[in-house]
Amino acid sequence: MKILLKVTVFSLLTIAFFAGFSNYGIPEINPAPPPTEEKLDLGSMTMDRFVALGDKIFNGKGTCTLCHNAVGGRAPMLDKVAAVAPERMADPRYQGDADTLEAYLYESMVKPSAYVVAGFGKAGSNDTQSPMPDASAGSIALSDAELTAVIAYLQDIGGADVTVEIPSDAAQAPAAESQEAAPAGTPRAPLASADAIMGQLACVACHKVAGQGGEIGPDLSSIGASRDREYLRRAILAPAADVAEGYPPGVMPPNYGDQLYASELEMLVDYLAESK
Amino acid sequence: MRANKQLTSTGIRRRLPVCLFLAVLVLVLSPVDLVGLGSPAAFAQDLSSSQGAEEVVHGPPPKLSAADYPQIAGVNARVFVWLAAQLHLWFAAFVLAVPIFVFIIEAIGMKTRDERYDSMAYEFIKISITAYSLTAILGGLLAFSLIIFYPHVFQYMSGIFKETMFFYALLFFAESALLYIYYYGWYWLQGRFKKWVHLTLGLLLNAVGTTLMFLANSWVTFMMSPAGVDPAGVFAGDAWAAMHNFLWNPINLHRFVANIAYGGSIVGAYAAFKFLSATREQDKAHYDWMGYTANFIAISALLPLPFAGYYLAAEIYSYSQQMGITLMGGIFAWLFIIQAVLIGTLFLSANYYLWCGMGRSDGAHRYHKYVKYLAIVIVGAFLVWFTPHTLVLTNEELKALGGPYHKYLGPLGIMPAKNTAVNIMILFTALSFLIYRRANRVATVSWVAAGNSVQAALFTAGILNILFLGIYHGYFTNTVYKVAASIPQVLTTLIIIAVSITLDTVMYRGAKEIAPLKWGRVPDRAQYALFMLAVAFTWLMGLMGYIRSGIRQHWHVTDVFRDNSPDAFTPTLGYAANVVSVGTILFMAMVIFVFWLSQVSTRKAEVAGYWKA
Repeated sequence: MKILLKVTVFSLLTIAFFAGFSNYGIPEINPAPPPTEEKLDLGSMTMDRFVALGDKIFNGKGTCTLCHNAVGGRAPMLDKVAAVAPERMADPRYQGDADTLEAYLYESMVKPSAYVVAGFGKAGSNDTQSPMPDASAGSIALSDAELTAVIAYLQDIGGADVTVEIPSDAAQAPAAESQEAAPAGTPRAPLASADAIMGQLACVACHKVAGQGGEIGPDLSSIGASRDREYLRRAILAPAADVAEGYPPGVMPPNYGDQLYASELEMLVDYLAESK
Repeated sequence: MRANKQLTSTGIRRRLPVCLFLAVLVLVLSPVDLVGLGSPAAFAQDLSSSQGAEEVVHGPPPKLSAADYPQIAGVNARVFVWLAAQLHLWFAAFVLAVPIFVFIIEAIGMKTRDERYDSMAYEFIKISITAYSLTAILGGLLAFSLIIFYPHVFQYMSGIFKETMFFYALLFFAESALLYIYYYGWYWLQGRFKKWVHLTLGLLLNAVGTTLMFLANSWVTFMMSPAGVDPAGVFAGDAWAAMHNFLWNPINLHRFVANIAYGGSIVGAYAAFKFLSATREQDKAHYDWMGYTANFIAISALLPLPFAGYYLAAEIYSYSQQMGITLMGGIFAWLFIIQAVLIGTLFLSANYYLWCGMGRSDGAHRYHKYVKYLAIVIVGAFLVWFTPHTLVLTNEELKALGGPYHKYLGPLGIMPAKNTAVNIMILFTALSFLIYRRANRVATVSWVAAGNSVQAALFTAGILNILFLGIYHGYFTNTVYKVAASIPQVLTTLIIIAVSITLDTVMYRGAKEIAPLKWGRVPDRAQYALFMLAVAFTWLMGLMGYIRSGIRQHWHVTDVFRDNSPDAFTPTLGYAANVVSVGTILFMAMVIFVFWLSQVSTRKAEVAGYWKA
């Protein structure tokens, strides 16, 4: 009996160690909840907001940044796609039918193997097959309106003219899906740190933070040295109110105020104000 | 009369799992839906699809709402199914693995005519007999809970896999019959021809058991990588198309190897428990030998396991880069740090047991001085494997570091560094084993010096090659080629192990035994290493079960059949770890119950004056 007790205690302690390490030894990451349907009010949307929608889909539901990011190197970066698209369409390896940037981008999302950038093909395919799934099907399943929004976004970040038209069938549209919605209608738990908030909002997709991130928006690494809290709070809640010089207006989504809890907003403002 | 009662009671106990399974099968294959079908919309869809007989089976999966998932007595459906599935899988892994090495040990006994092997093989299979009943009972619980909590999912899956489920049932009968004849006929089928018959039964038992596992694997891998379906989820293939899906063989291989390692570790825990409980020297010696053999089996299967796991991960990437990145670089990335802790625990426990076991022979003192170096390298390799690529940092730390990557830890966290570490860990475990084998003997062949030199050169060249491949592909090539080192690294490791053990075997043939192994002369703490191995293995299997299922995220069947239940969200690692821990405690409690039963069955209480004279 004594042996059984010792063995049981030893086993329980071993299990407790593994459970403890998993709970407290590594960062607690809350996976994004499953996307839920959200009706898009396309009828009242300006082009800037449509581009911002594309940004949101690109960094959220579309899961594009899973591969198209500067860290993993698993797919080409798309910030210069507008400039290189004509060369690719003229390349003998090109298997598609597009003759405009807009058509090329659409084709790239629904028939990714039409042109595979050298070095990014499936292993053994000699760059004839893309590992990218059809973005209009499967688990991504972007609607036509959503694909169009992503095209607008890619044209915009590439410095090209945004040629797409906002779909007019607003009422029936597309059921875009939001990553922000909590499961089963319950409110999500507040995020615990500025890092988590910035991760949730994908701030680094456009802004540099601590020297890392995109260049679409102003560098925030030392924003606290030049801007006060009021300015920073306003810039988050109403980004169109003060657009930094040299940056295009309307890119930053205007609805962060709806997505953040007050405590999260203040945490984010504190962090930015202290970034000097 | 008493004998009849015993037979009846034993018969009921034996037949219970079969009866239970049959009941489940009737539910599964019944043309009438015996369980509630949830919302009217879903029912209407099912009704409309039942217009043609073909469409009943091959129609698209229904689009469900949260209301379509029955809520019963406040039970959390996902956790219930999760625990039932995991407990079933743990037991199934155990009862499928034990007959594999029982067959091998019995064959060794036949070859060497050493009855100790035969007795040990019998003791192994005896443990698995009670576990077999529990496996079937838990399989029934799993099937019932799926039907009750996820009726539409079960209906969709059973529509596609009805043929394989039918054959599964038939094979289950065959498995049961073979196992019982194999076990109960052990001492009946002894002697020249009869022993061959018995061994053949063991082979058939393993063939049927492995086929059963492959069939069940096809169901879960179909949910991960569906085949034969169009994007709408309409199944247009045949049973083979559904079975032969993209991830079927990688999972088959991985589970087959892992089951053997796992079965070895559980039997090792049994032997350790018996060793600690034994009071007689001969019992201690017997269970020490049994524990050593079980650990040997576990290590032998553990060595190739990381390669099987790597093959599976590579195939997941190949099937869907999106799924692969979610697995390794997305929300589950930190799980692999937990996995590193567990596998490090397994390797360190197994090695520690070997090092303690060197105390069985006085000749081992010649090698004691090397143990600390082996330990340092294995711990060092574990630390590299344990190193995360990215760190979750506070803002201040992020600024101080200048980015998310530490200048030393960042480079060590990438896969080529981890692959290099794993290969070296495996090689040094093989080296531990080689040293252990030599502990009590001195080679007498004339070419000992040359043989040792060749082995030293082989290990040195192999390790340098592994390091070169890891460094070159890890730091001097494009990202997409970073994993290209893995296959030549694996081949290097396997070649070194195969050649060096073969060479060692030839070199020590006819070796002089200078200090015989004294079975039973091993410290108690070595037995706790065996327990650690069993617990860590169980917990690790639970964790990997979570990720295997979790990478489907909010899909019952990837990209085809969406999960809209209230539990569709992916749980955090901490939450999953807690469920796995509860499951492990339940499983270990049941295993102890099985061990206890195997002891009770041999006891006989003599009660004077109770029975008529």
